[in-house]
Amino acid sequence: MFDDLRELYQEVILDHSKHPRNFRHPEDANHEAHGYNPLCGDTVNVYLKMGHNGLIEDAAFEGKGCAISLASASMMTEIIKGKTETQAKTIFDGFQKLVKGEDDNFDAGEDTERLMVLAGVKQFPMRVKCATLARHAMSSAMDGAEETSTE
Amino acid sequence: MNDMKTFDIEKVRADFPIFAREVHGRPLIYLDSGASAQKPTVVLDAVQKAYAETYANVHRGVHYLSQTSTELYEASRETIRAHMNAASIDEVIFTKNATESINLVAYSYGAANLKEGDEIILSTLEHHSNIVPWQLIAEKTGAVVKAVPIDEHGEFMLDAYLEMLGPRTKIVAVTHISNAIGTIVPVREVIDAAHDAGAVVLIDGSQAVPHMKIDMQALGADFYVFTGHKVFGPTGIGVLYGKAALLDKMPPFLGGGDMINRVTFEKTTFAKGHSKFEAGTPPIVQAIGLGTAIDYVNAIGFDKIAAHEQMLLAYATEQLSQINSLRIIGQAKHKAAIISFTLDDVHPHDIGTIVDRAGVAIRVGHHCAQPLMDHFDVAATARASFALYNNRADVDALVASIRDVQEIFG
Repeated sequence: MFDDLRELYQEVILDHSKHPRNFRHPEDANHEAHGYNPLCGDTVNVYLKMGHNGLIEDAAFEGKGCAISLASASMMTEIIKGKTETQAKTIFDGFQKLVKGEDDNFDAGEDTERLMVLAGVKQFPMRVKCATLARHAMSSAMDGAEETSTE
Repeated sequence: MNDMKTFDIEKVRADFPIFAREVHGRPLIYLDSGASAQKPTVVLDAVQKAYAETYANVHRGVHYLSQTSTELYEASRETIRAHMNAASIDEVIFTKNATESINLVAYSYGAANLKEGDEIILSTLEHHSNIVPWQLIAEKTGAVVKAVPIDEHGEFMLDAYLEMLGPRTKIVAVTHISNAIGTIVPVREVIDAAHDAGAVVLIDGSQAVPHMKIDMQALGADFYVFTGHKVFGPTGIGVLYGKAALLDKMPPFLGGGDMINRVTFEKTTFAKGHSKFEAGTPPIVQAIGLGTAIDYVNAIGFDKIAAHEQMLLAYATEQLSQINSLRIIGQAKHKAAIISFTLDDVHPHDIGTIVDRAGVAIRVGHHCAQPLMDHFDVAATARASFALYNNRADVDALVASIRDVQEIFG
C-alpha cells in the first residue's frame, strides 16, 4: 500500500468520517449555509449559533460526502466552537493554504496538530475541494450568504 | 493496424501507445473509456499527417492543399455515412461533439416546431447533455419535458413510455446506451412507437458507437448523434445524423462562413445539405482523425469487439459480485460493458483516489446523470467502463485495488 494513501487516510480522518462529530441541526442555530460541489454532488450544511461579539457558541453540520469532506467538516465544527468569527476565519484561511500546498509553515496555535492530519490532501490536488467545502460553507454562513459552491 | 481474423487482444493493445506508460509506477489500467477513449497509432498518425503534409482550410481556395484537405475531410464524411448507413452525405453533419449535435437539433428543429403545451419525452437514463438543451428550449417555447421512468434494475420502462406518448408528443430524445449504468435501450421500439404517435426521435449514440454497429436505415431514427473522442477519434469532433427531409426544412443553427449561398445586407440565403449547419472553419483534422478511427474499428469488426466486451462484462460482473459490501448499480438484461458500483460506507471519491494509486483509472461521481443517481438514491457511483483494448487482467487489477480500499477503510 502506498504511503501517501496511508497519510491521506489516517486513522483520525477515518474515525471522523465514520463517526462525524456535531452531525446535527441545532434548533437555535442563527447562521447557516449550504455548500455544494457540482463536480461530485457532495453537499454540506453548516449551522452556527453566533453569540454577541462574534463568539461561535455552537457549530454543527449535516451532509453527504467522501471521507475527506466529512472529516474536515467534523473537525472544523470541533475547532471553531468557542472561538470568535475572526479566529475561525484566520485558522481556516491558513488551512486552505495548507491543503493546497501553499503554506509549509501552517500555524493555527493549539489546533495546528489536529488540522495537520489533513495535510496529506496536498498530494491529491483533485481532492482539495473535498477538504475545503465545509470551510467555504462556514464562511458563507458567517457572512450571511445562504449558499456556496466550490465552482 | 489490426487486421487479423480472430480477435487478438495483445495486438489490439499494441495499437494503443498509451498502454506503454505507467501510472504511479504501475501499468496503466484504463477503465474510463466511457468518459473518453484512448487513441490508436493510426489515428495519431492520421492527425499528424493531416497537419504536416496536407493541411489547409477546406471548401475555400483553389490551391492544391486546400483541395487535398477538402478531399480528406469529405472522404471522412463518406466513411461515416457508410458506417452509419445514412442515405446521403448531406445527412452527416460535423459538429464539435454530441452535446453540440443535440443543441443544434433543440435550437433549430425544436425552436421551429415546438409550441406551448407540446411534449418532449426524455428518459431517466439521460446524460445531462440530453436533458439541459431540451429544458432550455422548453422554457423558450412553452413545451413540457417529461422523463420515461426506469425500474429497479435500470431498465427503460417501455410500457410506461408507450402510455406517455400522445398527440402532444413532438420530440422523443433518448440515449441508446446509458453512460452511467450501461443499460441498452430498445431504441427500435422507442422509435417505431414515436413515429406512430407522429413525433420525431433523436437518439444519443455516444456510448453505443464504440461498442456496436449502428444502421440508420434499420433503426429509422430521425436524428442520431455521437461524439468522436469516445470512439477512439480526436476531441472536438462530433456527428449529427439527420434525415434529409427534416434537415432541409430546419433553419440554420449557427451563422457564419461556409453555410451561406449569397450574403447581402438586405438578405442572406443559405447553403443546402450539411453545409447549412457547418458555419465557420470546421474541425478539419479532427474529422479526418475520426474517419480513420471508424476505419480502425471496422477493420477489427464489431462482432468481435462486442463478443470481447461482453466476455469482459460477464467476467467483471462475476468478480465484482464476490466482493462483500459491493453493490452493482444497474443490472439491466442487455448492457454494454459499463459497470457502476458503490461500496458500503466508502464514498466513490475515496474509491477513485485509492484505486488510482494502483494505476487503475475509473470514473467516480454522478456521471452527468443526476436524475439517474436520484433514482437509485445515491449521490455518486464508481464506474468501470470497458473498451476493445481491455483484458481480464484489467478486471483483476480493479478487483485487487478495491481490496486495497477495503483494507484502508477497515
